[in-house]
Amino acid sequence: MIHHYDVIVVGGGHAGCEAAAASARAGAETALITLKFDGIGQMSCNPAIGGLGKGHLVREIDAMDGVMGQVADMAGIQFRMLNRRKGPAVQGPRAQMDRALYRKAMQKTIFQMANLATLEGEVVDINYANGKLEGVVLADGSVMKAKAVVLTTGTFLRGIIRLGQKATPAGRVGDSSAVRLAKRLDDLGFPLGRLKTGTPPRLDSRTINWEILEEQPGDDKPEMFSFLSSKPHARQISCAITHTNARTHDIIRRDLDKSAIYGGYFESTGPRYCPSIEDKVVRFAERQSHQIFLEPEGLTTDLVYPNGISTSLPEETQQEFVKSIRGLEQARITQFGYAIEYDYVDPKSLCYTLETRNLENLFLAGQINGTTGYEEAAGQGLVAGLNAARKVLGKDNVQFLRSESYIGVMIDDLITRGVTEPYRMFTSRAEFRLSLRADNADQRLTPKGIELGVVSAERKERFGEKLQILEHYREVLARKSLSPSVAMDHGIVISKDGIRRTGLDLLTYPEVNLSRLAEFWPELKEIDQQTTILLENDSVYSRYLERQNQEAKSLIEDERCRIPHEIDYMSMKGLSGELRSKLDSIRPETLGQAGRIEGMTPSALAYILSTVNRKKPPEHTSI
Amino acid sequence: MIFSGLSKETIFAPATAKGKSAVAIIRISGAKTTKVLINLIGSMPPDRVMSPRRLNRPQTGELLDQAMVVFFPNGKSYTGEEAAELHVHGGRATLNAVVNCLLEEGLRMAEPGEFTLRALQNGKMDLAQVEGLGDLIEAETEAQRKQAHLAHDGTVSKASSGWKKELTYCLALLETEIEFSEEDLPPNVKKQARNAILQLQEKLQKEVGGVDMAVRLREGFEVAIIGQPNSGKSTLLNYLAGREAAITSNFAGTTRDILEVYMDLEGLPVCFLDTAGIRHSIDPIEKIGIERTKTRARDADMRIFLLEEDQQIFPEIKCREGDLELRAKADLIKETQSRGISGLTGQGVDLMLQDISKVLENRIANVGVATNARHREAINQSLEHLAKAYSELGRKICLDEIVAEDLRQAIRALETITGTVDIEQVLGEIFANFCIGK
Repeated sequence: MIHHYDVIVVGGGHAGCEAAAASARAGAETALITLKFDGIGQMSCNPAIGGLGKGHLVREIDAMDGVMGQVADMAGIQFRMLNRRKGPAVQGPRAQMDRALYRKAMQKTIFQMANLATLEGEVVDINYANGKLEGVVLADGSVMKAKAVVLTTGTFLRGIIRLGQKATPAGRVGDSSAVRLAKRLDDLGFPLGRLKTGTPPRLDSRTINWEILEEQPGDDKPEMFSFLSSKPHARQISCAITHTNARTHDIIRRDLDKSAIYGGYFESTGPRYCPSIEDKVVRFAERQSHQIFLEPEGLTTDLVYPNGISTSLPEETQQEFVKSIRGLEQARITQFGYAIEYDYVDPKSLCYTLETRNLENLFLAGQINGTTGYEEAAGQGLVAGLNAARKVLGKDNVQFLRSESYIGVMIDDLITRGVTEPYRMFTSRAEFRLSLRADNADQRLTPKGIELGVVSAERKERFGEKLQILEHYREVLARKSLSPSVAMDHGIVISKDGIRRTGLDLLTYPEVNLSRLAEFWPELKEIDQQTTILLENDSVYSRYLERQNQEAKSLIEDERCRIPHEIDYMSMKGLSGELRSKLDSIRPETLGQAGRIEGMTPSALAYILSTVNRKKPPEHTSI
Repeated sequence: MIFSGLSKETIFAPATAKGKSAVAIIRISGAKTTKVLINLIGSMPPDRVMSPRRLNRPQTGELLDQAMVVFFPNGKSYTGEEAAELHVHGGRATLNAVVNCLLEEGLRMAEPGEFTLRALQNGKMDLAQVEGLGDLIEAETEAQRKQAHLAHDGTVSKASSGWKKELTYCLALLETEIEFSEEDLPPNVKKQARNAILQLQEKLQKEVGGVDMAVRLREGFEVAIIGQPNSGKSTLLNYLAGREAAITSNFAGTTRDILEVYMDLEGLPVCFLDTAGIRHSIDPIEKIGIERTKTRARDADMRIFLLEEDQQIFPEIKCREGDLELRAKADLIKETQSRGISGLTGQGVDLMLQDISKVLENRIANVGVATNARHREAINQSLEHLAKAYSELGRKICLDEIVAEDLRQAIRALETITGTVDIEQVLGEIFANFCIGK
């Protein structure tokens, strides 16, 4: 079978689906190749989407008309907005998923998409000649031709599952690992590293004593991921919370030497933010108990995901410590927890389009780049798919900036700083956090999506209407004003400096909201709920936004200053040896990126700039 | 952002070495130059022509110095932007007054190499200059390194890394509350943060106070020798200059009336000032000299009064704590109640020097890490943000992300001293202190 595609996406996980969908939306003839159709959209770790930073990512993907948000809204069985009591910038939407519904909704989306073919097969190699990418090789030896390839192979590269003292090569339980592909990447000179992560045992819901456990319900008014959704589709359920206890910890401590992680079988690094229960017991020995969230994996399954006890202890120990936990005394384990170790490609070898520097037209996205999490994977898939398509169609590439999106923060972190543990998004990674809210993701990115032509007509229209209403009331609020003494008459205390305050000014006072203003400006009563929230959220940080906007402007200036690929850092005598080799391995594409390299100094930057000024590159990028 | 983020602001810096020059040049560059010049000297001087002007402090109208001023219009300066140079008298007091005045005007002290950087950005450097830049940068950083090393004697890294640690810790506490509110966190995280901020504020406040002394330590303490004409001031100074300990030659001071002798006094750099004798005079030139003397004497770190028998201290110059009163021309007197000194025989000189170094040693005991005006400005800015963070934490409805933002700004303000605080360090602090993770 030989068929010629513009873009081939290898892998049907979260990165692969988003990459294929983005490439197809961008107008490229795209093929998604997956091991089996039914694996498309599989959630191989916890059954939840979103959270802090992660929820922001999903909203951004949705703002670019990506697929994750709408699929998650179809499959969500418990929606919660995290940090409701904090400000809007650090609130993140999160939802429990019905795994089966998620898979089904994702498969439907992918199968129905225009410009996108889905194929079953095992990609074992990349095909290239004379340094030029030609396509991929399948297990049966056949070749599929493509102008660009996006690899989203997750943890499948030389994956090894460890459980107690046992080790099995596999990508995920029940799937084989990709050894030949890993070797090929090795041959191509990609710098590879090794990471590990773990999962908890899965439990049978019918054997859990739910009655005695603390219930954790979803929000009364569920907030959706997608700007196009209005309410959940599936029936809503609750989770439950339980805790480990001293006896649990004793059992774990007793068998530590049999744990794959603690028995010295691993050399790779695991994530600090997702420690195994062994880790928690050892490192925080003074704690008598640790929290466990019991998350049902769906409406039609009896599987439960006990979030908080990822482990690689032997089966018997897992069984024993689980039974020591309140509510789980009779619990039956349906699948044991395990740790997995896998290869990743050092993302410092990638461009901000996620194209590799080693082989033109090859793009990498997702866990292969050293990240963790569905949302992080999907965000990268969007960037890689979009850029792969635009490249083969002869269009400018697209850069996401740190100042405009979490996607931009993530890509820049990855390619500039690399990873030492699986990379996970945190809101604290975003220096423009106060501007990058989940609720304004569409205002930040949908115009960009429209400009690039990857946004559907429906979304474009709805976004336009929403923006029009918002702008209208912004103008109304900017036009209306009152003096301090009149404000005083209405019970609003502001300093008596004789300066009139506009409605927008007044909103920045913590005790003032729109309904307060509507008491004396009745025209404001007609503002709808959604617009009200957006206007009020905008005003919370107004004191800080001006500064952030200034900084964003200078960031854009620095990002516009591109550094040519052929620049020879090793011959720059003015730079320290350490900086020279760092620059040589990271090869920053813009002056802004160079400035974010660890150990960079203003004078060294000046030196680089002077060299750049000598050879102005003719390059274009959409920012 | 390292880069063009700076370019909007107008910057300035003394372009000449501090302390020992007759004339000091202060360079200004940026869009506000014209406005600041008009504020300081009343009107614009002709372009690119050295013009004598009186520098006044706009806020009070007080005369800062008689200076030479030159203005470079946009595109015709070293940096390529609007720029100016103020050539002022080289005394420390004058220079400091002008520097503080420019800070008041909203200008920012330039980072090392920033003028060159702007020249580059504005395309004012040609190819040959670019080739030479590598060496220049190397020299610059080497000088910085040496300076840092000498000035703080190793304590800088220790103390500033202490602040860095505390700042990182404060931010980590806040970020924990933000990122991991779902986790089992101890109940008092925010209270801990508030206490940690308070402690840091105290430390930084103390540090600001130590800056003046630190500047002296680097640039030299001034000790004024004061007495009537013919009280033996010059003889004493000549005696000091002739000692092996004197490290530089004497030369005419900026005022032509004040002679300076630099000495290394047990590791402390001290500049002795021989002042014009204080007396009533009708000669206009001498009058000016006497006025200058009084100003210098008042601004000096210490004063040595050479007094004749029964003579009172001069009413115009107060004797302050630590100042010495000595009996002049001790060689001519057999017995005296007060301590005597003589530049002719050297009598009492060792004792005087011991006393001076004792007094100065005591004063520098307060010196911390911050050693110059740039540091002080950075710390003050940081303190402003810390105060905001502290008060937000005290509010009933406190937004954690706003506190965190202020803490970040506080950290950024200190970056010139402490180096950057990386998000990875903050995350590291979180995971080391809290059991996080599902």
